[in-house]
Amino acid sequence: MSDRIFGGIGLILAVFYAWQASVIQESFLTDAVGPKMFPYIIAAVMGLSSIYFLLKPDPEPHWPRAGRLAEIGFAVLVLFAYAQVLPELGFVISTALAATYLTWRLGSRPLESVVIGIGTSVGIYVVFRLLLGLSLARGPFGF
Amino acid sequence: MELMSNLADGFAVALTWQNLALALMGCFLGTIMGALPGLGPSNGVAILIPLAFTLGLGATPSLILLTSVYYGAMYGGRISSILLNIPGDEPAMMTCLDGYPMAQQGRAGEALALSGIASFVGAFFATWGLVLLAPQLVKVALLFGPAEYFALFALAFATLGGISSTNQAKSAFAAALGLGLAMIGVDTQTGVPRFTFGEVHLYDGIDFLVAIVGLFALSEVFIFLEHRGTDQDISTKPKMVIGRIVPTWSLIRSCIPTMGRTTVLGFVAGVLPGAGASLGSFISYSMEKRLVDRKGTFGKGDPRGVAAPETGNNAAAGGALVPMLALGVPGSGTTAVLLAVLLALNITPGPLLFTQNPDVVWGLIAALFIGNVMLLAMNIPMVGLFTRVLLVPPRILMPIVAMISFVGIYGISGSSFDLMVMVGFGVMGWVLRKLDVPLVPVILGTLLGNEMEVNFRRAVNIANGDYSVLISSPLTILLWTIAVIGFVLPILVGGLIRRRMRMARDAEGGVRD
Repeated sequence: MSDRIFGGIGLILAVFYAWQASVIQESFLTDAVGPKMFPYIIAAVMGLSSIYFLLKPDPEPHWPRAGRLAEIGFAVLVLFAYAQVLPELGFVISTALAATYLTWRLGSRPLESVVIGIGTSVGIYVVFRLLLGLSLARGPFGF
Repeated sequence: MELMSNLADGFAVALTWQNLALALMGCFLGTIMGALPGLGPSNGVAILIPLAFTLGLGATPSLILLTSVYYGAMYGGRISSILLNIPGDEPAMMTCLDGYPMAQQGRAGEALALSGIASFVGAFFATWGLVLLAPQLVKVALLFGPAEYFALFALAFATLGGISSTNQAKSAFAAALGLGLAMIGVDTQTGVPRFTFGEVHLYDGIDFLVAIVGLFALSEVFIFLEHRGTDQDISTKPKMVIGRIVPTWSLIRSCIPTMGRTTVLGFVAGVLPGAGASLGSFISYSMEKRLVDRKGTFGKGDPRGVAAPETGNNAAAGGALVPMLALGVPGSGTTAVLLAVLLALNITPGPLLFTQNPDVVWGLIAALFIGNVMLLAMNIPMVGLFTRVLLVPPRILMPIVAMISFVGIYGISGSSFDLMVMVGFGVMGWVLRKLDVPLVPVILGTLLGNEMEVNFRRAVNIANGDYSVLISSPLTILLWTIAVIGFVLPILVGGLIRRRMRMARDAEGGVRD
């Protein structure tokens, strides 16, 4: 079933891609092939392989239970939030928060997670900022 | 002796203090990355590329650092295979078969040392193969026009799934997805925006480094989140006694014929498109088993069963660099990532690389020789140190990997938008891995998409819009034929080889994929 759904999404994607290719504004100065031809070929390959998934799906993959799926979903949200707050809070604070969350979810005990999170963040800061001189995001406190 | 003078020039480039230090660092990091399960050569190199950039390293130093990581990872994979029966990376899978039984018999130190020597032999002679073969391939490649290049790219995609691919339609889909992503941005030839949806951030296209780090490194973090608690915990495994580290001369001597044969076999497997190091180690082991296993000792801790796959996979790793450097078309996942390094440094690999940037090519090759010696020196006496690194649990390691990925990408672009795109790629990578869609064609598509389209359009434009030019010369016909065979053959015989590989693994038992 998963492969069929995947094939369906792939097919929609291929049609959408071909449609987006067809609305590319061509400039008056174009070559014999133009900017649309190659995307059409790509859409065709994508569409054909998607049809194959619809017709001959592989055996079902092993999907995680809903709880684990939510786990991954939350991790994604945390990482998105991390991308947003990084320029605001600066590298050390935001990284400590994100690393604490990740290590906690990967099985560290709560208090231990805070230590690991801060350790990860400070460790990366020392190695990459102080030793290697990389520019990391600066927050209100300059780190 | 033009070759020797080139090589001497290369050593002059590589033998600076900075480059030696980078090679040493790369070898060390690479061995650790190879040894840690869940962090293979492609992720390792992928995470380090953005860092090499933000450090402002030049082309040759960056390449030296990253190829040292690549070679180092090939060495490191064996450590966890032998001690824990968990391959540190995919090519080291076959090393479990005889390495772990040797360790159980209390001969872990011997197995580690022997496999270190075997790795050295394979990688050393494969680097010589690279020196000798690549310039010859360059001569052929100079005959290539745009139509031939287009066919060559198609060949790379058709064969990338390789003999062991599970479903060729999925490889094709992955390639189309990668190529499709590469089309995003302003068309280089006519200047019109494509697939940008009016979003200014997308006008430059999607940075392939963002895609690579997201697909490889972040998706690995999600995989660990999914499997938390279900994996066997490494620290609970019984501690292995390493035993004597120096193998006896008679033990090494008994493995010399094996190493000789498997070097050649592994190198050839590496050069061929779509094969790579995993297949190199697999066929090396199978051939040796058939040739010399008269008493049925293979699989029960036969030293030759340790030497064969290790020599094979390291020789294949060297062989895989040949098409990447000479043609600009990588044949394996990690060399695809190395190609990203070259492209990001504005160096176009392929035949012109050898004439325009000989310092880069020969400096790199010299660095490979130096790195190899360093790895041998590092891997035998210091093996105890690396085994201790194995005890770092994933719950600490994976957040570090994720955070360093963010540091690298943020260092290049400084934009939150790119970080979000990277997380998006991480999710996509996780879903595709669940569905058994290979990630390497996606990467290769985003890397080569524009180049492939440029050659396609150039060929047709030169022929005034006549599409038949794409299959007119004998060379293009040959390349297309190989591409078709390479795509169809796995459908016919792939099932057989896959079954063998699975059987070999199951026979040992307890090895996770």
